[in-house]
Amino acid sequence: MTAIEEIAPVNLTPARTKSKGMRLTSRKQNNIFGSPIASFFAIVIALVWTIPTFGLFISSIRTPADINNTGWWTFFTNPSFTLENYNTVLFEGSSVTPPLSLYFLNSFAITIPATVFPVVIATFAAYALAWFDFKGRDLLFYTIFAMQVIPLQLALIPLLQLFANGLKIGDATLLPPLGITGTYIPIWIAHTMFAMPIAIFLLHNFLSQIPRELMEAARVDGADAFKTFRMVVLPLSIPAIASFAIFQFLWVWNDLLVGLTFGGGKREIAPLMVRLAELTGTRGGDWELLTAGAFVSIIVPVAVFFALQRYFVRGLLAGSVKG
Amino acid sequence: MWIVTARSPFATVLPNIVLLLVGLVVFVAIIVLIFVLSERTKEKTQNRLKYFVFLGPALLLLIIGLIYPAIRTLYLSFFDARSENFIGLQNYIWAFTQPEILIVLRNTLIWTIVVPIASTTIGLAIAYLTDRMKYAGLVKSLIFMPMAISFVGASIIWKFVYAYQPDPNKEDIGLLSAIFKAIGLTPPNWLLEAPLNTFLLIAVMVWIQTGFAMVVLSAAMKAVPDDIIEASMLDGAKGWARFTRITIPMIWGSVIVVLTTITVTSLKVFDIIRTMTGGNFQTSVIANEMYQQSFRALNYGTGSALAMILFLGVLPLIIFNVRQVRKEREVH
Repeated sequence: MTAIEEIAPVNLTPARTKSKGMRLTSRKQNNIFGSPIASFFAIVIALVWTIPTFGLFISSIRTPADINNTGWWTFFTNPSFTLENYNTVLFEGSSVTPPLSLYFLNSFAITIPATVFPVVIATFAAYALAWFDFKGRDLLFYTIFAMQVIPLQLALIPLLQLFANGLKIGDATLLPPLGITGTYIPIWIAHTMFAMPIAIFLLHNFLSQIPRELMEAARVDGADAFKTFRMVVLPLSIPAIASFAIFQFLWVWNDLLVGLTFGGGKREIAPLMVRLAELTGTRGGDWELLTAGAFVSIIVPVAVFFALQRYFVRGLLAGSVKG
Repeated sequence: MWIVTARSPFATVLPNIVLLLVGLVVFVAIIVLIFVLSERTKEKTQNRLKYFVFLGPALLLLIIGLIYPAIRTLYLSFFDARSENFIGLQNYIWAFTQPEILIVLRNTLIWTIVVPIASTTIGLAIAYLTDRMKYAGLVKSLIFMPMAISFVGASIIWKFVYAYQPDPNKEDIGLLSAIFKAIGLTPPNWLLEAPLNTFLLIAVMVWIQTGFAMVVLSAAMKAVPDDIIEASMLDGAKGWARFTRITIPMIWGSVIVVLTTITVTSLKVFDIIRTMTGGNFQTSVIANEMYQQSFRALNYGTGSALAMILFLGVLPLIIFNVRQVRKEREVH
């Protein structure tokens, strides 16, 4: 779990790992901040930070009666244990109020394509912007980079209208109504669009650092732009792609706004976050459902977090200005 | 429609999975096909084709997904609710005169001041406290973990902390109320009490963003060369003095980047407000009000104007942030 320490800020480039292992012996405990008092404070803060999540978890495994009548901390003096809440929230429901397992499935069905699509398309664009020689290349790159300033709120209404009604200028139909509203497709496309500026920027940073000799060598060997991409660029950029993919996966998984608006309010395609936000509003008092439901939604990102902490932090730092 | 076509809630699973698989397979198939075909064309054709293949899709997505909508939103912000009549700056005047919206703007301002300062200060403190600590990794992981949790999940976690017990004869289930009673105070109805509730929602964001600030600042501290620390020690700088005179100036660039990044995040906050109060009880902020106006009140004019105001708020911050990041990179 020491991975966090090794990651340099706001940078996806591999060169930054040089600071790794720089914690020399001279940095010993030589002031009050290296002392047990400092450690004590740090541990207290860490505990305070963890208690709310811990309380939610404890509550999710208590019986509904216990959750609603006594504080979760009484669990330690009067323990009760049940998985019933998880069973109820995940599998019980009707066609009007579908069980959470369906939304869980929707979240995956939304998140996987909404990660794969932008990663592939942005890698293509980053490659072109880094290695094709054409007029206005830098201008184009900086324009794309500057598009990060557009908050996704700015795109919501026109994009929704576009998906629903197509695009007409005067009498000329530029784009017919697509008939995709109410499926996953608008959500996939919207996430892919909103990811573009940051994804292209980050991947460009990485791809432009591939040694020029390597690209030249590929060309001398007779590889064209497509082959070079396949044989040289793609294999080398896997770490950068992985970092961005993890960030994008978590961003989409945790997203509420895009799912809420581009899902068109349809339950059969709504992701987990949309349902949880809805449950919190309407069923504010059903803590047995909310605690278990929230925990289900947390499991995936937290598992990703602990398993891939190094990539996760790197992707998160780099992409934290997104949206 | 849904009720008629599907009796069991699981009836939609199969078509949904089919759509997912078809979507992925079609996408991959198109890409493979393009590559196979492109590699077979003559070199001259390829040199033109490569721009369409590699750059085309991204540009198309950017134009349709960001540029066109941004221009259209600007346009809609000068029209009435149904985008039929041009009303000039009426929507903007509305935003800056309507008492409810003034509260929204005030709340947004509070968010963008309190969250960055609080998160950065606490994050900085933890980064410094753990800089030479033994099990720093574990401590940092615990503080960073909220960053992986969604805003919605975090909101539920904290709504439970803020749970209020209206019946005086019943036990508290909310931690905050219980703590208040334990020290002999009467807990208020937390989320209904303005302006306290706004600060309680802000606490959730601080809880999430502190980990981000800590990780960035911790990395910045590690990058401070050891000889500078040693030189300062020889000069007799101790504890607090070294922190304020050596550490802070050395990492100041990173502090600024963290502050602006968190300010942008706070400016756009939506999920926390939507989940915890729905924007009621005077807790709404611009992003939530934009959603409310556009998709609840179905007023595209005011909704678009609020989106533009959000954009104008974000714009200078991101420009500043980008310049700061570039400056930082030149230094290192």
